[in-house]
Amino acid sequence: MALSQAARKVLLTGTVSDSHTWNLVFLELLLTEQGYAVDNLGPCVPVELLVRRCRAYAPDLVVVSSVNGHGYADGLAAVTGLRAEPDLADVPVVIGGNLGLDGRDDAHRRARLRAAGYQAVFDDGDLLAFERYLTALTGQPRTPVGRPA
Amino acid sequence: MSTGQVSFGRFVADAAAAGRLVVQPRMGFSDLRRMRAGLERTRFAAATTVGTVTIDSYTRVGAYAAARRALAEGTPLNGYPIVAYPQETTRALFDGVRDDTFPVQVRHGSSRPESIIRALTAAGLDATEGGPVSYCLPYGRTPLRESVRHWARGCELLAERAPGTAHVESFGGCLLGQLCPPGLLVAISLLEVLFFARHGIGSVSLSYAQQTNPDQDAEAVRALRRLAGEFLPAHVDRHVVLYTYMGVFPTTVGGARRLLEASARLAVRAGAQRLIVKTSAEAHRIPTVEENVRALETAAATAGTTDTGGPEVPDTGVYAEARALVEAVLDLHAEPGRALHAAFRRGLLDVPYCLHPDNAGQSRSWIDDAGWLRWSAVGGMPIRAAAPGDRPAMTSTRLLAALHTVARRYDH
Repeated sequence: MALSQAARKVLLTGTVSDSHTWNLVFLELLLTEQGYAVDNLGPCVPVELLVRRCRAYAPDLVVVSSVNGHGYADGLAAVTGLRAEPDLADVPVVIGGNLGLDGRDDAHRRARLRAAGYQAVFDDGDLLAFERYLTALTGQPRTPVGRPA
Repeated sequence: MSTGQVSFGRFVADAAAAGRLVVQPRMGFSDLRRMRAGLERTRFAAATTVGTVTIDSYTRVGAYAAARRALAEGTPLNGYPIVAYPQETTRALFDGVRDDTFPVQVRHGSSRPESIIRALTAAGLDATEGGPVSYCLPYGRTPLRESVRHWARGCELLAERAPGTAHVESFGGCLLGQLCPPGLLVAISLLEVLFFARHGIGSVSLSYAQQTNPDQDAEAVRALRRLAGEFLPAHVDRHVVLYTYMGVFPTTVGGARRLLEASARLAVRAGAQRLIVKTSAEAHRIPTVEENVRALETAAATAGTTDTGGPEVPDTGVYAEARALVEAVLDLHAEPGRALHAAFRRGLLDVPYCLHPDNAGQSRSWIDDAGWLRWSAVGGMPIRAAAPGDRPAMTSTRLLAALHTVARRYDH
């Protein structure tokens, strides 16, 4: 395990209306095994709490996970809230899970999420793509939160 | 027509006396025509059914404005927003479909149920479910102390607004859906119905969710019935509701059906009176009304050909474990709500893999090679874990395998 990885901090969070937790329990184990320090905020996280903990924990990456079907709307609100804070405007944020009610991957909604500030969208719980993203992230120089790369 | 005399508990008791298992869907739509069609189709399914209105997750967390906005914008929600809709709308929804032969239960998942209870009683309903622990710990971040207070008020409100018929089901037998060993599920379910009774509810149901091994599950349901007989005041009407497996569901139609059938057999064999079904679509999306009706009819047909009682299952200690937990909690305080709160604070109750800040988070479980759900760590609970050599450390891979154990078994 690379040393650069061990130093990385992930803020893991559910969305405001989503009460599911197995996704969060699993992701915490996965990220921990890969050497990340994980702050698992748990389910039903309001935007204000996300902003507060993001500021306090200064993560290298925020991972938003949602499976209740409100992921697009709630995920949009979460990232919009983070991006509205000047000191949190640059922290990488990704989202994944089952994001829509219909179980379909929707390119339009995905594009909106990206435009709102997500660096990557793993709809339909695409774990392989998420792991590839983590690998790519680890290869990059560490970017402290709130400072330009 | 709605008479206002429908009793959920009475309906289930009558069905049980006639040897029929009551089956019930999970179902909730924000679209009124769809919700109405769902209730009608449930009522006329070839089964003894009760109806369900599941509330959307905005209403569940008290975000009534967000639910109203979604209605105004025509954005579909994942359930029926009973607080956002005008009272007359909800009354009209039930008019001519809910009556003495077809009671309806409102299901929601809220740790602050008062508004939902006001809305459901205003529409003439009297049955709901949840509990101060089971609708708090797994479902959000409401402090347990607050949830206990809200649920006490909620129960009293329901008892007052539906005098004589108010029914509350504990969701305590379903904590997190999977990987919670039966002893704790049974204990929480029992403690929550004691709490309901304490706050004026005269008719309760105790839940248990099908887990990973049919013998272990049958033992658990019997333990639940026995403990209810020992601890609930005699005047409180009660029945047991079984949930078809709540964890990761088989992806194949055949696998999903076999798991549903196994749950119906378990319900009859172990003496549950009501079954909440899952559908063949469960692994993929929110099921349609048709898929729900098919599941209800499949479960009813299986139940109809299953003998009650069945072979004796060995006593592996589920009853003793649940009883040890219940007694340790009730020793803490005469008020079940205060006792529950104190128990979690001291770690005497500790739900495995539960992320809630008020849960100690020291307990862990796993599924052994024979498919039995076991404790690998019990934290501060007054029960025992498996021998040290038998306790595998949980990894992400093992967790995924455990979460998919049942799905894998039934898909093949």
